[in-house]
Amino acid sequence: MAFLDLTNLEKVFGTNRVVKDFSLGVDKGEFVSLLGPSGCGKTTVLRMVAGFETPTSGSIRIDGQDVTDQRTNQRAIGMMFQAYALFPNMTVADNVAFGLKVKGVPRAEREARVIEMLQLIGLPDLASRFPFQLSGGQQQRVALARALAPQPRVLLLDEPLSALDAKVRVSLRNEIREIQRELGITTIFVTHDQEEAMSISDRIVVMNGGIAEQAGAPFEIYNNPRTRFVAGFVGTLNMFTAMVEDAERGLITVAGQRIALATGAIEARNGETVNLALRPEAIRLGRAVSCEVVLPATIEAVHFLGSVIRVRARVAGTVVALDTFNRPDQPPPPLGSTAEISFAASDVILLPA
Amino acid sequence: MSEAQLRRPPKRRLPVEWLGILPFVAFAMLFLIMPTMKIVIGAFQSPEGGFTLQNLIDLNTDSIRSAYWTSIKLSLITALLGCAAGFAMASAVVFGGLPKRVRSPLLTFSGVASNFAGVPLAFAFIATLGPAGLVTLWLKTEFGINLRAMGFNLLSFWGLVVTYLFFQIPLMILIIIPALDGLKREWREAAEVLGATGAQYWRMVALPILFPSILGTFALLFANSFGAVATAFALTGPQLNIVPIKLFAQIRGDVLGNPNLGYALAFGMIVITGLANVTYIVLRTRSERWLK
Amino acid sequence: MTRFFAWTAFLLGVLFFVLPLVGMTEFSLKMRRGEYSFDAYRRVFEDQRFWDTFSYSLILAGATIVFGVLLVVPTAYWVRLKLPQARPVIEFITLLPLVIPAIVIVFGYIRLYNTSSVLPLTGSALGTDFLLTMGYATLALPYMYRAVDTGLRTIDVATLTEAAQSLGAGWITILARIILPNVLVAVLSGAFLTLAIVIGEFTMAALLNRPAFGPFMQLLGANRAYEPPALAVIAFAITWGCMGLIQLVTRFSKHERAKV
Ligand SMILES: Nc1ncnc2c1ncn2[C@@H]1O[C@H](COP(=O)(O)OP(=O)(O)O)[C@@H](O)[C@H]1O
Ligand SMILES: [Mg+2]
Repeated sequence: MAFLDLTNLEKVFGTNRVVKDFSLGVDKGEFVSLLGPSGCGKTTVLRMVAGFETPTSGSIRIDGQDVTDQRTNQRAIGMMFQAYALFPNMTVADNVAFGLKVKGVPRAEREARVIEMLQLIGLPDLASRFPFQLSGGQQQRVALARALAPQPRVLLLDEPLSALDAKVRVSLRNEIREIQRELGITTIFVTHDQEEAMSISDRIVVMNGGIAEQAGAPFEIYNNPRTRFVAGFVGTLNMFTAMVEDAERGLITVAGQRIALATGAIEARNGETVNLALRPEAIRLGRAVSCEVVLPATIEAVHFLGSVIRVRARVAGTVVALDTFNRPDQPPPPLGSTAEISFAASDVILLPA
Repeated sequence: MSEAQLRRPPKRRLPVEWLGILPFVAFAMLFLIMPTMKIVIGAFQSPEGGFTLQNLIDLNTDSIRSAYWTSIKLSLITALLGCAAGFAMASAVVFGGLPKRVRSPLLTFSGVASNFAGVPLAFAFIATLGPAGLVTLWLKTEFGINLRAMGFNLLSFWGLVVTYLFFQIPLMILIIIPALDGLKREWREAAEVLGATGAQYWRMVALPILFPSILGTFALLFANSFGAVATAFALTGPQLNIVPIKLFAQIRGDVLGNPNLGYALAFGMIVITGLANVTYIVLRTRSERWLK
Repeated sequence: MTRFFAWTAFLLGVLFFVLPLVGMTEFSLKMRRGEYSFDAYRRVFEDQRFWDTFSYSLILAGATIVFGVLLVVPTAYWVRLKLPQARPVIEFITLLPLVIPAIVIVFGYIRLYNTSSVLPLTGSALGTDFLLTMGYATLALPYMYRAVDTGLRTIDVATLTEAAQSLGAGWITILARIILPNVLVAVLSGAFLTLAIVIGEFTMAALLNRPAFGPFMQLLGANRAYEPPALAVIAFAITWGCMGLIQLVTRFSKHERAKV
């Protein structure tokens, strides 16, 4: 049994089923992200774990203990909100000490812990500041320290970075991950930003419409998305339609080119159309070694992004995006020119139609 | 910037711009500051015009002392009850799970009731709690409760308290509802998730945040009832021994038999409302270090 | 549990506020023995003094509003535009009438502007009317100033002014054609609030001995039984009307803004 166990959670607001049959086990010390578009029920799941919402059905267990009907303040959980959740009337130190104070921890111990926590988040000198005197990033750091100070069993983070600007967002997310590893605290992180989820999670749960569509390590999710939604939501994706030529041998055709799928037999009938997906980085400009599929293309747009050049090319009636690394000796192709693209059959992701 | 420009006295342009508020300053001087100063100075003047403390010393009679004391008591009690009841109603509407529909009517009504003071308010209460008032008669015929026999008299201190609450409570509601709205849901939830009980949240987070607003309203309510003349006068006539009524009678007919004593009486009122506000400002700045 | 307490607090409050309103209404209808009638209201409306004092107070309220707007709008505008450093002082002054009781202010007027002073305003009826208007403007100042200043905060005074100046507008034009329309809702709110305050005002009018509505009500209250509650009902209706109008203009303006 996992450390944090969510079993068949359901949440209905009025007639709106916001979370549907949601099950998830999080191991001790694991960092799991809930990833999905806005309104898909991520926050609701988190709020049920925190105890702010009561599940319509299903159960929540922490460390083997059923907490479904326990009150929030009994659950020993840490939570970080989107923004501005620091108590404005307290200094940084008082904010961090709050959880200890309500628990009745003696003053000396409290103060020592506050110093320790401020050290941990790298703001040892700001103890006597008030929240309004801090930047957004500093405020969120303090919020993290406040959540961690009472040594919660589980840490919940609800889009804690979304109100910050891009640079701070990246540095703070790495810092959060580092601290989480150091303390070995079981963590659920909610975000709608796939890059963020990818970069810091042990495991990602992709949610859509209140349902967990797929759960797995970032590598797994990215490379083997099981549904079209997951494939589309996580990263950029190029889609082709293909015709099944021989399902048993895994043969399909795209724009007259025959492809032998690496997976072998597929579950489809001959003559049926299926969806193929390819990550931009799986497609090469020109004929590349080990890329057995070659298709003619017209260059429609070139975005120079620095180390990477993203090219949009029209292939077999659809526009695909492909990434190539910048090489000084090889300028990008001119607009409107014709070129060839190639990819390996093993990189093809086959999605249910 | 050249040195000559730097050295140019910066004052030169000031007067022209200050001219823009000249009408306002003139108005404030003529109809607010100077009349008040006249009272203040008069309080320290003998009938012949010299400086004296005699007027203030003369305030120390049983009747005047008791008038001040009653007034202060009246203002403190109505401000306290007004704050408490207004806070209870406001938090009932904001946090108590009451339907959203009651909120807007309550605010509108509070706007009306807080301005429904003075003479007509006294009439309304006489018609309700007076000797022949609706509630008085109803209690007597239906339950055999005789308010009068129980010691309640509308034309007395407590009658005045009840009447003043009709505008004090709504004023509190009007000011405190926006303040309650300003309490973020995240604060409550953060407190809860950190292990705080509802009471701890209120004591350690919500009330300290609300404190400046509550305090300010308290000071306002205090001044509001301390200076009120019309309601008390229409309710009890000139008998009730509170300072504004005494001053009213003094201005009309020099009942104290000493015009300069009137100045001193009025000066005392300014001192008390002034002190109330200074206390408020001091407490506020002390409790508001965390505000921008 | 919370909900129970909430309802209790709320309903007790409602009871406290409704009873006097029911009480005054019921009482005002009881003039005729044994049945409800509007006799008390008829008596009030038949009384010439009612109309005289009421229209007197209405005129004074109008004068107060006009004066208040002419005083407050340019001042608040100017302070925002050119004299932000004067703001704390001005705000302090505008709040003074909430601290200094009206009775003290009018006492000062009587002593400062009596017949033997440099400016013997109380010597003539017209002078006293003027003084009373100034007194009312003082009472309304905190509300008027705050309403207008809040209104000004929502518009970019500096940009509007520069734009108008670049098109050749003078100060009067800017104030009347640019600023005033933009804070019209605030001004109207302040105006209706002023009306609500002034129409039944007692202390100043009584001490300056002017035939206003407030002193008339008080006089009636001291001598009659059924007319006073009728007057209370009328006064309450007027106050309600003023507040309703404030809501109306505010809502209307939100509507207008939403359309843009
Ligand atoms: N208290 C509530 N009452 C009614 N509907 C709600 C409530 N909270 C959330 N919802 C609805 O539930 C859905 C999921 O919300 P949420 O969990 O906040 O999504 P996410 O965090 O993924 O953006 C939304 O459609 C939202 O409108
Ligand atoms: Mg959310």
